[in-house]
Amino acid sequence: MSNPTNAAATGSLERSAFQNPLQAHIVAMAAIIASIAVIAGALALLIFVRPSAAAQATASGKPDQAASAERGKKLFVSYGCYECHGRAAQGGVGPRLGPDPLPLAFVEKYVRHPTASMPPYTTKTVSDQELADIYAYLKSLPQPPKENSIPLLSQ
Amino acid sequence: MAKAKKTSVDRRDFLKSATVGAAALAATPVAAANAVAGPKPAPAPRNAAAPLPPVSRRVEGEAAAAAANPDPNNEPITVDHPGSDFMVDAFKAVGFEYLCSNPGNSFRSLHESFINYGGNKNPEFITCCHEESAVGMAHGYFKIEGKPLLVCVHGTVGVQHASMAIYDAYCDRVPLVVVLGNFGDAQTRASFVNWTHSAQDPAALIRDFVKWDDQPATLQDFGESVMRAYRVAMTPPYMPVALVCNTDLQEFPMPDDPSLRIPAVTVDQPPQADSGSVEQAARWLVAAENPVIVADRAARTAAGLALMIELAEALQAAVVDRNGRMNFPTRHPLNQTERGGAVIGDADVILGLELTDFYGIVNAYYGDVYPRTRQLTKPGAKLISINSNDLYLKSNYQDFERYQAVDLAMAADAEATLPSLIEAVKKLTTADRKRAFQDRGTTLAAAHQRTLAENRGLAANGWDASPISTARLSAEIWNQIRNEDWSLVSNCQFVSRWPLRLWNFEKYYHYIGGEGGYGVGYGAPAAVGAALANRRHGRLTVSIQNDGDLMFAPGVLWTAAHSHIPLLIVMHNNRAYHQEVMEVQRMADVHERGITRAGIGTTLVEPAIDYGKLAQSMGMHGSAPVSDPQDLAPALREAIAVVKSGEPALVNVLTQPR
Repeated sequence: MSNPTNAAATGSLERSAFQNPLQAHIVAMAAIIASIAVIAGALALLIFVRPSAAAQATASGKPDQAASAERGKKLFVSYGCYECHGRAAQGGVGPRLGPDPLPLAFVEKYVRHPTASMPPYTTKTVSDQELADIYAYLKSLPQPPKENSIPLLSQ
Repeated sequence: MAKAKKTSVDRRDFLKSATVGAAALAATPVAAANAVAGPKPAPAPRNAAAPLPPVSRRVEGEAAAAAANPDPNNEPITVDHPGSDFMVDAFKAVGFEYLCSNPGNSFRSLHESFINYGGNKNPEFITCCHEESAVGMAHGYFKIEGKPLLVCVHGTVGVQHASMAIYDAYCDRVPLVVVLGNFGDAQTRASFVNWTHSAQDPAALIRDFVKWDDQPATLQDFGESVMRAYRVAMTPPYMPVALVCNTDLQEFPMPDDPSLRIPAVTVDQPPQADSGSVEQAARWLVAAENPVIVADRAARTAAGLALMIELAEALQAAVVDRNGRMNFPTRHPLNQTERGGAVIGDADVILGLELTDFYGIVNAYYGDVYPRTRQLTKPGAKLISINSNDLYLKSNYQDFERYQAVDLAMAADAEATLPSLIEAVKKLTTADRKRAFQDRGTTLAAAHQRTLAENRGLAANGWDASPISTARLSAEIWNQIRNEDWSLVSNCQFVSRWPLRLWNFEKYYHYIGGEGGYGVGYGAPAAVGAALANRRHGRLTVSIQNDGDLMFAPGVLWTAAHSHIPLLIVMHNNRAYHQEVMEVQRMADVHERGITRAGIGTTLVEPAIDYGKLAQSMGMHGSAPVSDPQDLAPALREAIAVVKSGEPALVNVLTQPR
């Protein structure tokens, strides 16, 4: 079916032979820093904007209603996010997305213009409103149990 | 698969032979094999008193008339010592333990000789329901036992079925001997099926992905070709080989030829790298600040795994295991596989051992449609390769991967070269370097522990999710088997490598890598074959089985049940060819349309497949679908009890995609 080397990390940020979801997450963080260096002023503002506020922006092409985690959960499945990131956004081929997702500004930027293996989701396929809903869903995910509270993860 | 039963026997050579009869070998096959048989008195066929006239080919409509008016010239022909007996002796001389096969009349005489003349022992016939299953079993068996199996296939349709599995074995550098039955002489073809199932050159179909093939014309040729086939297959780089076995050679009597002999089998020593190159590599490795050892199919044996540990510890070097084989213990402090990108980026010397894709190790691909690459290594990093693949390359299929220039290339077997490399490293290591190595080892050990903790933290995400996360699935299995003598025989790639990230792999048979050619349909038969090899060692064999893979040829479950092969199959039932879901999704995204439709043509839903019932229908234990993680441990325990009783068992788990 598909190339094994690519399959090793297809859907992660970059198809290196080595990346696992955690590493991809780290790469993503590195990309944020790089982005900040390039477009420091504008992006810095966005990064620290609370997602709910961003979701309520009413500029042209921007969300015109409050982000809905419920809608986002459905979109997360129907738009195929779960395929690489898991139904609980726990990570799989792609990195873990939630809870505590990366800043919305980064997510918006990366989803529209991915720099590695993730395919682009343009506004033609995922509107800003829908992206805000998905982000709200990621924000709403419950915290996982601590690993040291799970006996099976200490053996 | 042909099942034609009418076969012509008229041929001048046959009659000549049948008159005299022949048996070049001693009565006991083993003795014959060991003794390299000389001439023996030829037992006369029962009808040897009168020379036989030619027997006309018949069609079915003539049979009744022939019975009513018997032709005095058409007496029944019997053969006491067919050529296929000689062939069995040759195969016994090599020492094949099992023969995996789906029957076909182009090797019916050989089949009969195996089970009657050969006593169905060494090799024992393993009944398979698909040629792909037969080859896949041989593939998995070798990676546990280190011995090739024999596979017999019908020469046309059978080898067409077998071809993907042969390709997987070829890409995975696994040796096996495939025998292709064929009606080579047109005069031996008794029906239209015999013609449609015959070929001038039956091995042509697979010649691009076997190392060597032959179509012996005589029994003497055949005996020598068996030995050559084994020798070629078992010289690194290991690969499948093929022998065409024509029906006339099988079914006609052995010729009265006193010179007919079976030569002894010879196996070449694996090629080692030259001493000068080894010393140069050692100098670079000892002088390096951040050396990294990357291994793919480096450890061919348990001894190879021990050598890998010895080299890494001598250098206190980071090891990245690409997991083509079990190259390095997952809990060893120098194992940096889970942070491979980081150590590659820091490396000043990289030693690649039997890598399938050195380019992919030191570069990263990104982007779709027109993939681009980015170099991962820092400028000046030295690359060293020891790879037996460089000794044998074919043209058509592109499994050799993208070209990567290296600073020192040794076309040699890595495992065979490791002893001299270790010796050279130790010889060059001064007290100062040793102190530096120890500091490096301490740093790497700390990083290893951090990575393990991070992975455990990541595994907790989605812990109680339903469908069950692959991390939870892996942790639950590990909890059940960790105190057993276990062997995981499935590719971890499809469950996000969670077993390799969480379990303590330390023995050679704890992991056997993947398909080689990434051909789906490998998983199930390879697991059954590996379990067959593990059976004699009393190991608990575990396979995390992809649903799409099993559906290619599920009949191998019947083979496991029929042959009493103990194997725990835990279904990774994500209800899709999930890799392809992602690929189609990717294209929908790139094309900016229909991003909700990637499941069309890629998913296995509506109706849901009940793998537990599928297993039950094949005569083995099969659980009800498990979707609640709380129900997983009891289902696993129940299945493991069945496996410990010597039978296969399947647990059907509804899982997350990866």
